[in-house]
Amino acid sequence: MSRLRCAFLRLPRLLLALIGAALAAGGAAPRGGEAMATIPAGVYRPVSRATTDPETVAVAAFRLDALPVTNAEFLAFVVAHPRWRRSRVSPLFADETYLRHWAGDTELGPLAPPDAPVVNVSWFAARAYARAEGRRLPLLAEWELAAAAGYATPRGRDEPDFNRDLYAWLARPTPDVLPAVSSARPNIHGARGLHGLVWEWVDDFDTAMVTGESRADAARDQNLFCGGAAAAASDPGDYAAFMRQALRSSLKARQGTASLGFRCAADLSPP
Amino acid sequence: MNSIRPSSRLPGLLLAALALAAAPAFAEGPSAVVGPVHLPPDVAALPVEQAVLASPPHVPPPITRRTPARVVVNLEVKEVTKRIADGTEYTFWTYGGTVPGSFIRIRAGDVVEFHLNNHPSSKLPHNIDLHAVTGAGGGAASTFTAPGHSSQFTFKALNPGLYVYHCATAPVPMHIGNGMYGLILVEPEEGLPPADKEYYVMQGDFYANGAYAGGGLQTFDTPKSIDEHPTYVLFNGAVGSLVGDNALTAEVGQRVRLFFGVGGPNLTSSFHVIGEIFDKVWLEGGNRVAQENVQTTLVPAGGSTIVDFKVEVPGTFILVDHSLSRAFNKGAIGMLKVSGAADRVVYSGKEVDAVYLGSAAEAGSVAAKRQDELEQKIAAEIKANPAIAGLAKEVRIEKGKQVYMQNCFACHLPSGEGMAGVFPPLAKSDFLQADRERAIRIVLKGLSGPVTVNGQTYNGVMPPQGEVLNPEQIADVLTYVTNSWGNSAEPFTVDEVRKVKGE
Repeated sequence: MSRLRCAFLRLPRLLLALIGAALAAGGAAPRGGEAMATIPAGVYRPVSRATTDPETVAVAAFRLDALPVTNAEFLAFVVAHPRWRRSRVSPLFADETYLRHWAGDTELGPLAPPDAPVVNVSWFAARAYARAEGRRLPLLAEWELAAAAGYATPRGRDEPDFNRDLYAWLARPTPDVLPAVSSARPNIHGARGLHGLVWEWVDDFDTAMVTGESRADAARDQNLFCGGAAAAASDPGDYAAFMRQALRSSLKARQGTASLGFRCAADLSPP
Repeated sequence: MNSIRPSSRLPGLLLAALALAAAPAFAEGPSAVVGPVHLPPDVAALPVEQAVLASPPHVPPPITRRTPARVVVNLEVKEVTKRIADGTEYTFWTYGGTVPGSFIRIRAGDVVEFHLNNHPSSKLPHNIDLHAVTGAGGGAASTFTAPGHSSQFTFKALNPGLYVYHCATAPVPMHIGNGMYGLILVEPEEGLPPADKEYYVMQGDFYANGAYAGGGLQTFDTPKSIDEHPTYVLFNGAVGSLVGDNALTAEVGQRVRLFFGVGGPNLTSSFHVIGEIFDKVWLEGGNRVAQENVQTTLVPAGGSTIVDFKVEVPGTFILVDHSLSRAFNKGAIGMLKVSGAADRVVYSGKEVDAVYLGSAAEAGSVAAKRQDELEQKIAAEIKANPAIAGLAKEVRIEKGKQVYMQNCFACHLPSGEGMAGVFPPLAKSDFLQADRERAIRIVLKGLSGPVTVNGQTYNGVMPPQGEVLNPEQIADVLTYVTNSWGNSAEPFTVDEVRKVKGE
C-alpha cells in the first residue's frame, strides 16, 4: 500500500484543516459528559502491520461517545452548517453517495429514522461534525481498544455471546433501514454499538490501507494476511479485525457507504 | 504505520510528493487508480460486445465468432440470504446473486473490460481474482471495491481453459466460504467440440454456526473454517440444488458436458457420476483432453475440470463427491435425469429376483442336487474310460504318497516293509489286500490285538487316523499303498471311506 495513495488522501485533509477552523464556528451543543464512555488506557495490537512498525501501540485513557451519531443529530449539524447539506457539499469532501438515503437536504424521510445511526457520510463530513462539537474522531488504535471490550470483560474475543453477535452482524447484509442506536447492547465500558450497528470512521483510517490484493500485502511486509503468508499477522484467526481493516482500506475520505457512520471522541482531560 | 497523531504524517507527504515527481503513476502499485488503458489501434478496432452471463446450472451459448473481440463484463457483488437446506437459510456473498457466481464465457485472444460493482447493501468491500487473468493478483487489487462502488480493469485472455474466479479480500476463507466463486471459460480459438447439453456445477464447503439443516438463519463460523470442519459440502450452493425438479436433464444419445469447479475454500473433490463413465476429461480444466474413460476425477480447491460423456440409457445418474460422507451427510449430491428408450443390452435392469438362502442351500436346493448328479456322471464317465481312469488313479496314488510320507512311513517305512515282529509290512501284504473295507476301517479307527500278516503274528497298536485325515486323504493313501511295492488294486473312493466311517 501505497504511501503515495496516502498522500493523495492527505492533501485534501490539509486543505480541510485550513477550512475547518472556519467551519467550526457555531456548532450544536456538545452532548453531555454522561453520554460519553470512559475507555481505560490499554494496549492495541494491530492484526497485521509493517515489519518496521511496533507490535503494540499504547493508548492513553480517553472518552468515547456511548452511541454513534444519529440522523437527528447530523440533521441538526447540517441545519447549522448549510455547506454540509447534500445539495451544497463540495465534491472534494463528499461524493454522490453523501446522505443519499435522506429524503432531502434537511429532511430525513422513511429510510433515515431520527434515532438510527447516520450513514453515507464522508470522512471529511464526520470530522467536520466532530470539530463543530468541540471534539474529534477517535484514532484507529483508540477505536480498536474500545471495540475489543466484551459485554462483561475487557476482552470480548473470549466471550462466546459477544463473538456470536459480532459474527452474526458481520455476515449480514445491511438492511435498508437501520435500527435505533439504543438497540445496541453496551460493552463493559458503557459504549454501545461499536459492533452490530454500523462501521465507523476513525481519524486515521487510511493507515490501515491494504492493496486490495490481500496476498501481496504479506509479501510486502504490509498489512493484510491471506492465503500465502501468516508472517505479518499477529492473530490470523481474528477474522473480524481483518474485515475492519479491509473495509477501512477500501475507503476514500470523500466516500461513504450505507453501513458506515461515526462517533466522536475526546481526550480524558481536555487541554 | 501506526502514528497516533495525523500531524506526524507531514514527512510522508513530502516523500510522496517527491515520488510523484519521480515516477509514473502506475509504478505506485496495483491499488492506485491508474486511468483507462490506451488501446492500440488494432485492439481499439475490435468489435465490442457485452458478455452474456449465465446463472448456474446454465452456461452461456458457445462462442461462434472466430476472431477476437472486446468483451465487456459487468458483474455485481451482492450479499444475499437464501435457502441452504430445508428450513434453513444462510447469508451468502455472491457474484451475480447466485452460488456459484455467474458463468463467464469468452474466447482466447479477447480483450476484456471488466466491471465489478459492489452493491450498496454490502457489508464489506470485495474484489475478484480471476485465474484466467495473467497479471499480479489476477485482478484482485484492481477490483478492490467498497460497498456502493464500482471498479474497472482490462485484461487480455491469453490462455484457453476453464478457470475459477473468487474473492481475494481478507479474510479470504470467509469470503470464499460464503460463496464468492465462479467459473470463467476461455474457449480455445477453434472452439470446443460440440456437445448437446452443457451444464455448470461447482462444489463448495460451508462452515455454518449451527448443525446441518439445523433450521433458522445460519452464518459463517470462523473456528469451524479454521479447523476445516465443514457443516455442508454442496453443489451449487444449497442442499438439493440439482435434485428433483432442479435436476440436470438429457436425452438418450446426447453428449453431456459438465463444467465443474471447486470453490473450496478448503476441500478437494473426488468428482464422480454414478453409473456413467467420463468419455473425455479436460483434466484440471486445461485446454486439451488429457484422459478418456475416467470413473472419478480429482478437482482441487480453486481448480476445475471439463467432462464429456454420452448418455446411452435412461435413468437418474447421481453426481457426488466420492468422499462419500460429504455426499451422504453434508449435501454433495446432484442428479442428471436421462429420458428416452431403454437399451437392455447395454443395461438390462433387474432381470431376476430369487430367494437366496446362503450356505443353507447346499443340501436341498435344486442347483445342489443337479451338481451332485453331474459329478456322479463325471465319475461314471471316468470309470468307463480306461485312459482317463488310469490317469485319475495315478493322480490319487501321487496324492496318497504324500499322505503316507507324512503319517505312515515312520512305522511301515518308506519301502512299506514294516519292521519284522513289531510293525506289519504293507508291501505284498495278504492281510491288506484281502479285505478293502477292513483296510479302510483300520486306517479310520486303528487296530490293536494280534493279527497274522504273511504268516507272521503281530500284536501291537495302530492309532486311529479318522480324526487326522479326511475321507479323501484316506482314499488316496489306501490307493497308494494298495498299488505300490508289488501290490495292485482298484483305486479307493471317497464314497467307500464315507460308508465305513458312517458305520
